[in-house]
Amino acid sequence: MINLMLITALTLFGVAILIALVRIILGPSLPDRVIALDMIGVNLLSGIAIISVLYQTKAFLEAILILGILAFISTIAFSKYLERGVIIERKRKR
Amino acid sequence: MSENVSDEFIGALLILIGSIISVISAIGIIRFPDVYSRSHAGTKSATLAVLLTLTGCFLYFWFTESFISVRLLLGIVFVFLTAPVSGHLIIRAAYRAKVKMAEVTVEDELKEVLHEEDYTNSP
Repeated sequence: MINLMLITALTLFGVAILIALVRIILGPSLPDRVIALDMIGVNLLSGIAIISVLYQTKAFLEAILILGILAFISTIAFSKYLERGVIIERKRKR
Repeated sequence: MSENVSDEFIGALLILIGSIISVISAIGIIRFPDVYSRSHAGTKSATLAVLLTLTGCFLYFWFTESFISVRLLLGIVFVFLTAPVSGHLIIRAAYRAKVKMAEVTVEDELKEVLHEEDYTNSP
């Protein structure tokens, strides 16, 4: 029963990732694609949580935290690139 | 593992509800007309889905093995803090990059304010 519920949840997360992948392929602008990529990262994070429940192991819980941090930093870098054109600015010459 | 099934059932039920909300958010991200409403779908309900799933996982480990995972709690807090911030930043960059709104948009109040202060793109 519980195994079936977990496998159904994993399949539904896979369906959500596939639909976001469709938005990445045919999205008209760059922010569409960045939003869909952010959503894919967040869904992968919860997929790792379900897999660690299925395997009855606690070894994957660091990967959840690391994937959350990486998704946040990559979205910040993309938004800074879209707004300014550079990601890390130089020191101003005087 | 444990003889009491109903404790594990709560965690699995939370995980299942989170996955259903994630599919709803994915349908929103494919059906909405422009990038602003798409971010409304993709930021709010995806955050709720991942929070429900991580809470279900935390409760499952707590009930079955009586193990309180601090890493999972930190992950919950971190996702809850950073997902709206990243949505805000990417939508702000999209507005400054002049991505078109949908045809059904009634009012754009930010336009007058931005033209007032004469925003220039180069620092």
